[in-house]
Amino acid sequence: MSKIETVTGHAVAIHGDDIDTDRIIPARFLKTITFEGLEDHVFEDDRVEARAHGKVHPFDDPAHKGAAILLGGSNFGCGSSREHAPQAIRRWGIGAVIAVSFAEIFYGNSMMIGLPCASVSEEQMRTLMALADAQPGLEFHVDLEASTLKAGDLVVPVTMPDSVRSALLSGDWDATALLLDRYEEVEQAAGHLPYVSGWDRVRV
Amino acid sequence: MARTLFKKVWDTHAVRTLPNGQTQLYIGLHLVHEVTSPQAFAELRERGWGVRAPQRTFATIDHIVPTAAQARPFTDVMAESMTAALERNCRDYGIRFFDLASGSQGIVHVIGPEMGLTQPGMTIACGDSHTSTHGAFGAIAFGIGTSQVRDVLATQTMALLPLKVRRIEVNGHLRPGVFAKDVILHIIGLLGVKGGTGYAYEYAGEVIDRMSMDERMTVCNMSIEGGARVGYVNPDETTFEFLRDRPYAPQGSDFDKAVAWWKSMASDPGAAYDDVVTINGAEIAPTVTWGINPGQSVGVNGRLPLPQDLPAAERPGITEALDFMGFSGGQQVEGTRIDVAFIGSCTNGRLSDLREAALVVRGHHVAPHVRALVVPGSQKVAIAAEKEGLDRIFQEAGFEWRRAGCSMCLAMNPDRLSGREICASSSNRNFKGRQGSPTGRTLLMSPAMVAAAAVAGEVVDIRSWSASVPAGV
Repeated sequence: MSKIETVTGHAVAIHGDDIDTDRIIPARFLKTITFEGLEDHVFEDDRVEARAHGKVHPFDDPAHKGAAILLGGSNFGCGSSREHAPQAIRRWGIGAVIAVSFAEIFYGNSMMIGLPCASVSEEQMRTLMALADAQPGLEFHVDLEASTLKAGDLVVPVTMPDSVRSALLSGDWDATALLLDRYEEVEQAAGHLPYVSGWDRVRV
Repeated sequence: MARTLFKKVWDTHAVRTLPNGQTQLYIGLHLVHEVTSPQAFAELRERGWGVRAPQRTFATIDHIVPTAAQARPFTDVMAESMTAALERNCRDYGIRFFDLASGSQGIVHVIGPEMGLTQPGMTIACGDSHTSTHGAFGAIAFGIGTSQVRDVLATQTMALLPLKVRRIEVNGHLRPGVFAKDVILHIIGLLGVKGGTGYAYEYAGEVIDRMSMDERMTVCNMSIEGGARVGYVNPDETTFEFLRDRPYAPQGSDFDKAVAWWKSMASDPGAAYDDVVTINGAEIAPTVTWGINPGQSVGVNGRLPLPQDLPAAERPGITEALDFMGFSGGQQVEGTRIDVAFIGSCTNGRLSDLREAALVVRGHHVAPHVRALVVPGSQKVAIAAEKEGLDRIFQEAGFEWRRAGCSMCLAMNPDRLSGREICASSSNRNFKGRQGSPTGRTLLMSPAMVAAAAVAGEVVDIRSWSASVPAGV
């Protein structure tokens, strides 16, 4: 798998906390046996709602077309375990999500598909969102090695668990091959579990 | 050293530490359904991997199943193709599939326990966030995404970081008209929708100890709505009695040995917790959500928050929720006119839920303007309910009696809201658009409260509305 060290591009801000995965990709678009085409429906209901109120959703705003970095609030990606959510975001063109905090399953799913997610403080996020809103063409640069996000002259620290950072940097974010490696150890561990190896060894 | 159940299960299932610091964890039971698995199987084929432990892997269909007409092929072409894909995958890889013809089909989190597949001390994974339900048995159960489904299929393990453990003690007694659903809505309201991030929730205390397995499952089911990926209850006699004689539970003398091991996996007295929260059961009211996440709830006769009374940072979220729902700050949710009543889901689609609701509707009729449906959580729940005559009670009261499936919890099937309808729902999520209409509105509550709302045509306080209030726990 490829190493992920930096992500560079324009940023698009999704304001608000607790943006759930039903909003990122409504359940009706999960009726598929592939992930293809999900990008066409990312934030679909929010985009329609914005239009109905005479507003433009950031994902429909021509100024944010081609954005590579998504900015979010706290608890981003809460709700269902659908990997369709990070898949839809990535397929739309996003290469990194920076938020105040993330829901756990979304975070893990994103890492598993090589979509880096990193956190910044609430105050820094306010500044970053204001920058992205006011200057949609401004270049943002995420550096995983340095754990920083640059936006114009501004440099802020970003955080992610060391294990995630190291997996992305080394290209080991797709874990299956690692999990298959040294498989005899798996069989050994399973052999110690009475519900796998048989109940006879348990003393009553 | 005294350890929690979480730590014991983690330690006994840990294979090794991976180079990036994550733990490779052995998974004892993998439950598969039609929505999050097709892409995982496609990758197995692409990479030439097999399914490592088909005997530890079980499948069913639930999300996309129509609950009215179930003849194949399904009218919905995509639902049919997802079902056909799962059939093929189960056939090709030798996985036991509880399909519509099996008599054991149902919502994945209902059938696992029902079949005795879910057992204490196990690790369980399923491509669905409500997998936390299985923690009611003292299992450590993870909701996972499709890439991890692939990992578990291919290796029977997955890579994870350990969680902290928060013990949540609910002590004392619940008041009449207060149910397991109210307990978990209260907990989420108290600790917030992200309060559990990074934690496993251990539910304990006198109220939880007295709960039936169905009730414990309702509580554990919604752990994820509080941000906790894992929730569990330590196994006890209630757990063991539930499992005795279930088809996949250990049988005969094996059962006694299993009980000994299960007991040994429970948290030790004196185990250290990262956090402890204590709640007085008597302070929990029948709870209803008024907003667009499960933490936005209130006691049924409490008042909705006023944005101007809140810290500035909280105002936009609360205002957005009030606006979407068409509520005003300071008003009560009691008296809200409803259009639809839904009883079912992995949260509240079990036999005891249907009994509680039937007790409320017996002898009454659904209000003329309300569309009401009851969707059993599994084929076995449906059969048991029909044997008791619950289907007749519901139908005589004007409810539709449906076949097993996820139904209106997430509207990946024909059951959905239209326009700005308001639904009193026994399900688990009130997110915008969750029940199938982008502008539809969901009020989460206990099945008994949904039943009462269906009859009254509006949200009522079950405690004062009915002369025959069912006893709480």
